[in-house]
Parts: sequence; structure tokens; C-alpha cells
Amino acid sequence: MTQPLDIHAVSAHYGTTKVLEDLSLSVQAGELVSLLGASGCGKTTTLRLIAGFLSPTSGSIKLGGRDLTRLPTHKRDIGLVFQNYALFPHLSVLDNVAFGLKQRGLGASDRRKSALAMLERVGLAPLAERTPGALSGGQKQRVALARALVIEPPLLMFDEPLSNLDAKLRVEMRVEIRQLQRANGTTSVYVTHDQEEAFSISDRVAIMNAGRLMQFDRPEVLYRQPANTFVASFVGFENIIPFTVVGREGETVTAETAGMRLRLSQNAFGAIPDTFLLATRADGLMVSTDPAAEGIPAQLGLRTYLGRAYQYQCETAAGHLVANGSLTAPLDPGTGVKLVPVPEQCSILMPDEAR
Amino acid sequence: MSDRPHPFLIAVAALVYFFLMVPLVIVVGAALSDTTYLTFPPQGLSLRWFENIFEISAFRRTIVTSLQIAFLGTLIALIIGIPAAYALNRFRVELPKWLGTLFVLPILVPEIVFGFALLKSLTVGAGVPIFAALLIGHTLLVLPYVVRVISASLASFDFSIEEAAISLGSAPLKTFFTIVMPNVRAGVIAAFILAFITSLNDVSVSLFLTGPGISTLPIQILAHVEQFFDPTVASVSVLLMFLTVAVMAVVERTLGLTFLAK
Ligand SMILES: Nc1ncnc2c1ncn2[C@@H]1O[C@H](COP(=O)(O)OP(=O)(O)OP(=O)(O)O)[C@@H](O)[C@H]1O
Ligand SMILES: [Mg+2]
Repeated sequence: MTQPLDIHAVSAHYGTTKVLEDLSLSVQAGELVSLLGASGCGKTTTLRLIAGFLSPTSGSIKLGGRDLTRLPTHKRDIGLVFQNYALFPHLSVLDNVAFGLKQRGLGASDRRKSALAMLERVGLAPLAERTPGALSGGQKQRVALARALVIEPPLLMFDEPLSNLDAKLRVEMRVEIRQLQRANGTTSVYVTHDQEEAFSISDRVAIMNAGRLMQFDRPEVLYRQPANTFVASFVGFENIIPFTVVGREGETVTAETAGMRLRLSQNAFGAIPDTFLLATRADGLMVSTDPAAEGIPAQLGLRTYLGRAYQYQCETAAGHLVANGSLTAPLDPGTGVKLVPVPEQCSILMPDEAR
Repeated sequence: MSDRPHPFLIAVAALVYFFLMVPLVIVVGAALSDTTYLTFPPQGLSLRWFENIFEISAFRRTIVTSLQIAFLGTLIALIIGIPAAYALNRFRVELPKWLGTLFVLPILVPEIVFGFALLKSLTVGAGVPIFAALLIGHTLLVLPYVVRVISASLASFDFSIEEAAISLGSAPLKTFFTIVMPNVRAGVIAAFILAFITSLNDVSVSLFLTGPGISTLPIQILAHVEQFFDPTVASVSVLLMFLTVAVMAVVERTLGLTFLAK
């Protein structure tokens, strides 16, 4: 029942505007993959392509052994959960859930049994005879989930299923979705623009921008090692500093930015190309009062308390940076310090135009 | 704020109802009069002018023609109008804007001009038989209403519901009947009633398209008034009113029930 999904070099247009460009994405059997990105980047379009509501202008889509590319939607056997639930308003909750089974030719009593069992699993069996109009948002989304799951599709897809729910319910429901998905082992594609949601429930996350895949990896990797500046700023790397290498001595590299020099060890940072960007969050730049420290000279500005550290807004020759300093020695605005890059927290990125 | 409406509002509403109802009361009263001329209040009560309708063969024939034209015209308009309204709403983004305007354009053309144009093109130009010309004319007359009313109903329909059904394995055409139609039922009923009544009461278009031997009830009423001043006109008007109400009731019942039976 679990099948891998393989999207190969797919492009899509609305009229003459290109919305997806050469997108390739492989989802392993049983895996939950999120599509994450800003509004308008093409997440829904990708989903609609997989579902068959839209045809790609090039490329192919395969599910298990089947080529879906030219197959009409109703023959694709894909479970869909919509943002606005899309329940059938004129049917009871039970008939909503049984709808897909009816299309598959199941007899009335079998349909009823399976649908009720599914409603039981999402905790809505007592509401089976209601119409969707008489349900709360969370209940509606559970019915939508049950309706998509009951047909036991080889692929489940969600388009921002939780964005109409309040914050607390959102967290509850995403755990529930993940548990059901895990229990069934259903290959899933999940669209969201909420980073926390994507990272928390996914095996892997595909970060998209303007119709292109920017990085596709496990949340841990995306969070720690963004592959480019887009992903870096997307996952919250406040500091992205451009450098040019001016000297190499064994594993030690001397790099320059805005007239100041910094020595970095390739043993700690990994291979460093001739021009690169040093990207890091505030906790990847340690504030040091040691004048001999190997860091970026900076003038401290506003200090804020984060609980685990103090955070400083800093002015440097390379521009505005954000750095963390230890709790034991709070520093005052105006202090001259060095910002020392912490290798484990830093990513060395290629400049975008060089890629 | 209290829940009771303002007295002024009540007064205005009452006045509106009064002016709407007075002509009806007068017509009904006149129709029941025992006199040989139109008068109100009625002098003596009698149903003889109702009987008289059916003694005049022209009335008998035109009632049947009017009902046939209204029914068939509305049916054809629905058969064309429902898919048109669906397409206009479903593909609102993809379709050019003027396409929607095209369907409501006939409302903007004065009906007299519309009728005359049909006479020139259908009857005179193409030599279409009178009944067919009437049917075409009435279909075109009511089509904009059908498209408008059903569009309004579809505008609040969430098409992702349709997509959900298709994704669950229901073929698109089947989905249209099992999912889309039940959710625009009210719009279809309203469109039917509005179209039927518009057709049944139409004068302007029919005036041009009726011909020897074939006429509609409103045209026959006009013809009758030109020659006679007896209460038959009033009673036939009352009959027309009741037909209208009956149609509304029947449509509400039957359409309502078939759709509920899914
Ligand atoms: N029917 C359409 N016709 C033309 N352009 C469209 C259509 N639907 C979407 N687009 C465009 O395609 C691009 C991608 O849209 P898409 O709906 O896939 O974005 P999204 O990532 O799902 O965004 P959101 O997070 O806002 O839902 C957008 O620039 C959008 O304006
Ligand atoms: Mg979207």
C-alpha cells in the first residue's frame, strides 16, 4: 500500500506565466514530506499537479509503478485534505466519509462499517449523522481527514490543512495527523507556510521559492546547514556576511570583508571556496571582549535578554549583525568587542550568482 | 437598540404592501362581478366570467400555448443556462470577462427592440414557424435570468468541494450531478420560477412573434380588451395569477423532492 512518489523535472504554467520550473522531488514510500515556502511560491500548484487538476507542460509524475502524468484525477487514487475542508454540505458526516468508498463500488453496509470505524479513529463516531454545517472547524478537519484516509490511498496530500484553526488546536491536530499517517504508513505530501509545523511533522522538508526547489532535506539539516542564502534567511540566519579569500596557509584561510580580515580554519569550517558567505544565527557569533580574539570588530548596540543568553545588536564594518554574549557578563551599549564565529553554528555558502 | 423595528419602517412596509395589494384586490373583485362591464366594487357575485374564459376558444388555445412555451422555453433555457453559469463561475479566472456580460446583454436591450429583431431574423428572415419562433424568443428572453440566478447561487459554491469529490474517485460529469447540482438546488428552483413567470407574462417579445392562429395568453388578453369591456379580462388575469402561484408551488415541491432524494 505504501508507494514512493517521483516527480521528475516538472514545469507548470498558468497561461503564459511560468509558476513551476524544472521541479524534481522524490518522496519515499511511507514518508511525510512538507512543501514549505512563502505565499505564491507554487506549493498549491505542485499539489494540484500531483492531484491532476493541472497538467505539467513538461516532466513526469509517478506513484509506485504508475505513471500519473496523463491520468485524470478521479483515477489517480489520491487522498486530499483541503485548507477549507471542502466537505459535502448536503451529506451527513457518515456519507461524507463513505463517499470515496461508494465510488469504489462498496456495498452500503460495508461502506457504513468502514466509514464508522474511520470516524471512530478520529473520535467523531457520535457525530456521524450530523451535517458538516453543524461541526466546529477542528471537527470538520477531522472529517476531511477521515474521508481521505478511509479510501486507503497510496498517497495522501494536505494543503495547509490547519491554517483555519486556532493555534492550540493546530498543534494538537498536527500531532494527530502525524500519528494517523505513521500508523497507516501512507506516503504523504504536506503543504504549509508555517516553518515550525513543517519541521515538526515531516521526515523531510522541501523549501521552495518562486517555483523552484531551494533545498530538500531533513529538518535537522535544513535548520543547521542551509545550502544557500535563501534557505539560510528562511530558517532564521540573521547574519550573512560576504567574504573573499586573500590567503591560504595549509588549512588556515585568511578571508576579507569590508576591509577587515579574519582567519578561519578549514578543519573547523569545512572547505572554504575563494568567495563565500558566512551565514549564522545570533548564537553563531560569540561576543568576546578579548582584543586578541579572532573575530569581527564590532560596536555593541541594544542588548536584549533571551533567557539562555544576552543578544546584542552590533554595528560592524560589514554592516549590522546580531550576536549572543554570555549571561555572566552583560555588556553596555557602545562597548568595542570582537564577534567570534562558532564553527558548529556557521554555514559556509557559495554566493548565489556563482551557483 | 430594541429588537422591534422602528414604527416608521412598519408604516413604510405597510404602505408598500397596500399599494401592491390594492390592484390585486380590485382585479379579483372585478372578476367576480355579476355585471357585463368592468366595475369595482363588484356588484353581485358570480363565477360566470371565469366560465366565459373557457367558452372563448381563443383563450383556451392561448392558455395552452402560453403554458407550453413557458415550460419548454424555461426547460431549454435551464439546459443551456446551467452549464453556462457553471462554466462562467468555474473558469472565472480563465475565461474572458466579456463572456459573462454576453449572457446578460439581452436584459439591457429594450424588449420591444429585442422582439422586433427576432421578428426580422427568425420569422421574416429564416422563415421559422410561429410556434418555434415564439419558443426561441422566449428561451432567449429568459436565458439571462437563468444564467444570472444560477450564477449567484454558484458564486457561493466552493469548487474545492467538487475537486474533493473528483479526488475521491467520482468522474467529473457524475460529480456535477451528485455534488454540484444538489448544492445549487435553490438557485435552479428560483431560476425556473423566475423564467417561467417572465415567459408566461411576456408581452413585448410575443407581440412580434405571434401570428395567425398562434398566440399567447397576454396577447390574447390585449386583443380581447380592444373589443370587449366585460370582466373576462379581470377573470383571466386572476387565472394567470393563480397559474403563476401554482407553478411556483409545483416546482418547489417536485424539484425540491427529487433533489432531496439524491
Ligand atoms: N489560476 C491561476 N491563474 C494564474 N496564476 C495563478 C493561478 N493560480 C495560482 N497562480 C499563480 O501561481 C503562483 C503559485 O501559486 P500557488 O497557489 O501554487 O502558491 P502557494 O505557494 O500555494 O501560495 P499560498 O501559500 O499563498 O497558498 C502564484 O504566483 C499565483 O499568483
Ligand atoms: Mg496555496
